[in-house]
Amino acid sequence: MKAVRRYAGTTVGSRREFLASVVAGLVTTLPPYRATAQDSLPGTGPSGRLWDPSRAGRPLPPVTAADNDAAIQAIEKQIHCTCGCNLDVYTCRTTDFTCTVSPAMHRRVVELAEQGRTGPQILDQFVRERGVAILMAPPKRGFNWLGYFVPSAFILIAGAVLTLVLRRWARAAPTASPSGPPSAPAGTPDELERLRHELDRLSV
Amino acid sequence: MTVLGTIGLWLAFLLGVWGALAGIVGGLAERPDLARSARHAVFATCGALLVAVFSLEWALFHHDFNVEYVAAYTSRNLPIFYTWSALYAGQKGSLLFWATVLSVFGSLALVSTPRHHRELLPYVAGVVSAVAAFFISVMLFGHASPFERLAYTPVDGNGLNPQLQNPGMVFHPPMLYLGYISITIPFAFAIAALLSKKLDTDWLVAIRKWTLLSWLFLSIGICLGMWWAYVELGWGGYWAWDPVENASLLPWLTMTAFLHSVMIQEKRGMLKKWNLALIIGSWLLSIFGTFITRSGVISSVHSFTQSNVGYFFLGFLIVAGIVSFALYANRLPLLEAEARLESMISREASFLFNNLLLIGIAFSVLWGTLFPILSELVQGTKITVGPPFFNEVNIPLGLALLALTGIGPLIAWRRASVPNLKRQFAVPLTVGGFATLIVLVAGMRDFYALVAIALGAFVLGTVVQEFARGARARHRQYGESYVLSLGRLLARNRRRYGGYIVHTGIVILFVAFAGMAFKTETEATLRPGESVSLRSPYGYTYTFTSLGLSQYDALNRQVTAAAVEVRRDGKTIGLLNPEKRQHVDGLGRPTFQPSTEPSIMSLLREDLYVVLGGVVNGTEQAVFRFTINPLVWWVWYGGLIVALGGLIVMWPGGGSLAVKRAQAGYAVRLVGEK
Repeated sequence: MKAVRRYAGTTVGSRREFLASVVAGLVTTLPPYRATAQDSLPGTGPSGRLWDPSRAGRPLPPVTAADNDAAIQAIEKQIHCTCGCNLDVYTCRTTDFTCTVSPAMHRRVVELAEQGRTGPQILDQFVRERGVAILMAPPKRGFNWLGYFVPSAFILIAGAVLTLVLRRWARAAPTASPSGPPSAPAGTPDELERLRHELDRLSV
Repeated sequence: MTVLGTIGLWLAFLLGVWGALAGIVGGLAERPDLARSARHAVFATCGALLVAVFSLEWALFHHDFNVEYVAAYTSRNLPIFYTWSALYAGQKGSLLFWATVLSVFGSLALVSTPRHHRELLPYVAGVVSAVAAFFISVMLFGHASPFERLAYTPVDGNGLNPQLQNPGMVFHPPMLYLGYISITIPFAFAIAALLSKKLDTDWLVAIRKWTLLSWLFLSIGICLGMWWAYVELGWGGYWAWDPVENASLLPWLTMTAFLHSVMIQEKRGMLKKWNLALIIGSWLLSIFGTFITRSGVISSVHSFTQSNVGYFFLGFLIVAGIVSFALYANRLPLLEAEARLESMISREASFLFNNLLLIGIAFSVLWGTLFPILSELVQGTKITVGPPFFNEVNIPLGLALLALTGIGPLIAWRRASVPNLKRQFAVPLTVGGFATLIVLVAGMRDFYALVAIALGAFVLGTVVQEFARGARARHRQYGESYVLSLGRLLARNRRRYGGYIVHTGIVILFVAFAGMAFKTETEATLRPGESVSLRSPYGYTYTFTSLGLSQYDALNRQVTAAAVEVRRDGKTIGLLNPEKRQHVDGLGRPTFQPSTEPSIMSLLREDLYVVLGGVVNGTEQAVFRFTINPLVWWVWYGGLIVALGGLIVMWPGGGSLAVKRAQAGYAVRLVGEK
């Protein structure tokens, strides 16, 4: 598989060669990911243009402070992207860069935040605009409580039933033993305990 | 060749129907001739399906784009590796793959099952044939034949989805399929035991390896899926609680429950009803998973294209569920326990609570997966049930399960005494306590992560204690060195100590999952030479410097790659090369939307994960996402240990079959007790 250089500019071309030599040097002389003191920066000249920008996907705007705002991200992680990805808005917009839905939803969140709305208010606004399915998890009210509590209730009830059944079995266990004399002389309690330990130790 | 493939499918279908009838009737009527015929039908079905697979692969490798499936999933420039995997990349091919693997497994089960289980085999052949016939019928009657031809022949095919062009995707689906499919064998034996009324522990011995095998395949398949999602999808995580991911977890949970509870049946003759229900339930869940993936009833990124095959699966699921549980209910009087639980403080009881939690988690995952449908039915409102819901419900349950992973092996069978409990719990509890103290002093305050690490240390203490005691006992008794003792301990009691290794893997997985609570990430737009810094939870400062972008052509894609230098606290530690890929067909025409290819530097403590989002106005000013994911490497390491433990447990050997059978039915009895 041969790599074909696509850069037209000579300045960019030389940087490519320089980068390739840096990469090759790192690969051949060092084990992967070991620290080196080598400075591989090419300098900060004016950025060139790509040979074919369309290959790099949709053009993106530069990242803004709002994109990295923790509060905005926290809100976006609760909003479902409607592009069909099943992800939240934050994850989709930072993963699927071909998606145009999540960036639009992100802009709406930023716009609402800039209007001074709080997180819950922004979420409420999204629910008003797009329905409750826009939330990543159903709000805890009405029928949705069932969603949250049925699994816990199932386990608690099943656990209670299991405990009752086990207790009944445990209580019934001694009476299930035959009342007749043992077929062989029983050991002392100490010996039986030791035997139990040994059997336990050897058990599969 | 497609004619041959179609003939193979029809032949396999007819043979499957005959095998099902002959097997069941032959078993019930005790007709050896029919039983033999059913056995041969399974072999013949397998042969016919292999011919169909060969025909499809022939079409794939010869670029016969007149075949709709070949045109849809391959192109002339698709690497050979992925041309092979196109067999199961689409709905139709994967149905063929499923039916074929099932018939192979069925044949192996019939050949490898010892003679003393022969009364079960006609039914096994019948059930396997019936399930295989169903899958083939979906292809033949559900417009899902991979051999359908187009009215014209395209010059080139559409190519494989770029996200499927990853080694993880070559191995992940077949592993998961193998897991799903192999559950049919234990299910077939369970139905055989119910039909033949031979419900002692004998049938359990016959399926032991198969249950372990399907659990192992499911475990590996799930881990590979997580790995693929992490290295390919670019969102920086490995589990998104997607409905299809959930569907693969469900049978894994019930199979795990079975592998624990079956020990109680083997040792004490208890839980016969429960174990049968678990096996039937696991199989139904595997079909349910197939239904979810193929029906489009629930929105999922993993789903195949929506088609009418979902109705086939729904119908099959309902019919199979009703028939199985009706038979089960009819045989309940024959499934009485041979012994009773003697104490609440016993390993049996702890295993039952372990089962309760596993089934509880399975229920909550199923509930969360289906709740959107329920909500729409009841309220008429669509809702989304995503990761926040599943995490809230399942993390506490998972941690409780982790606690039981440590508690179970410490409690004696039948009845544990107080001195025994003190002796057993002292070391693990101390280890857990120390670990908690250390992470608290280190400044960790995340509650769930803290609990996960504390419980993980406790379980690890349990495992180390068990190995140490066993090795010391051998050392004392046989004078072996400690290393030799450990080796022989493992070799002589693979099931027990292999199980502990699985537990170790689970602990590592839980601790690694907890690491994601400390994920750090940022987005940045960088020109060549510009940097961004990110502080890791361990206190290091990582500096990412863009060195520029390059573009080049590869076999079936046009690549835009960034070079990003990484420094840790000022020292260069390597280069990362995230990519944007535009896949093209053999004529250079774009086939899919440009995809991202993250670049990952995996370190023991944390992963550095860089995604190239795109560029600003066609310049070298690029948009990146930088993520530090703590402990991710340990997820893969934990998965490997789980698989290794599973392999040790199921490794053949350890005495003659007769001895193993005797052991399986062995019940601990003290003098004077019945």
